[in-house]
Amino acid sequence: MANLKSADKALPFNLPGVDGTNHNLQEYSEKNAVVVIFSCNHCPYVRAWEDRMVEVQADYASRGVQLVAINSNDAVKYPEDSFAKMKERAQEKKFNFPYLRDESQKVAKAYGAERTPEVFLFDKSGLLRYHGVIDDNYDNPAAVKIMYLREALDAVLTGTLPRTTETKPVGCTIKWK
Amino acid sequence: MSLKVRFLYSEDCPSHEEALRRLQDVLREERVDADIEVVRVGSFEQAEKERFPGSPTITIDGRDISPIANAHYAPACRAYRLEDGRISPLPSTFMIREAVLAAKRES
Repeated sequence: MANLKSADKALPFNLPGVDGTNHNLQEYSEKNAVVVIFSCNHCPYVRAWEDRMVEVQADYASRGVQLVAINSNDAVKYPEDSFAKMKERAQEKKFNFPYLRDESQKVAKAYGAERTPEVFLFDKSGLLRYHGVIDDNYDNPAAVKIMYLREALDAVLTGTLPRTTETKPVGCTIKWK
Repeated sequence: MSLKVRFLYSEDCPSHEEALRRLQDVLREERVDADIEVVRVGSFEQAEKERFPGSPTITIDGRDISPIANAHYAPACRAYRLEDGRISPLPSTFMIREAVLAAKRES
């Protein structure tokens, strides 16, 4: 279960990205919203959702929203989740957000993340306003009825609370060492 | 008409119940007499032993319904490429049915 509850402050991180630089939470302090998504390469739930992650970033970038994906999986037992493979995936899918490596798994443990993908949306003050799934249909984008993350972003960007602040994350378990 | 059907899954991976339901529906609709052997894969050792490329895996007469070349065996979820090109954690009903019909023809 996530260690953060609604209105809790975002926890700091400083992690290497596939772009060759380290990224820390502080560098997004001027953003209107930061979306931390625990993610990885191998999980088919991530793979089903990742185009939609790119679309969310593209659609909301101009409104000061920043997605950040973090891969905390054990890459020894799951080699598809290695840093080298992360770079390939980011290039292949044209990720428009940082894709960071949490090798020690400390960030995932601090957040209490359990699944991939698992969304933590923070507002301009760095407070948690939504946690859970991206939308209600991992399998078929055309069949999505509730776009939980987008709806939460729309609320947060207008200074209101999302109608839904928590959904149960759906996806693969984070692969612990 | 009897086929040897195995359904292997990992508890770490959600939605396996939906995959099993799809398999049961197809077998019933195609009037295939088969007892589904359901196997829970809980470790890397077992995944290697079962040649388990991920959850869920369905084999019919020993053949994976969607074989993976150079598979990595692990108690994790696996990705299926559906007929429309989408990636999914589950095989589609179409995919399962194609495999069942092919097995029926060969048996």
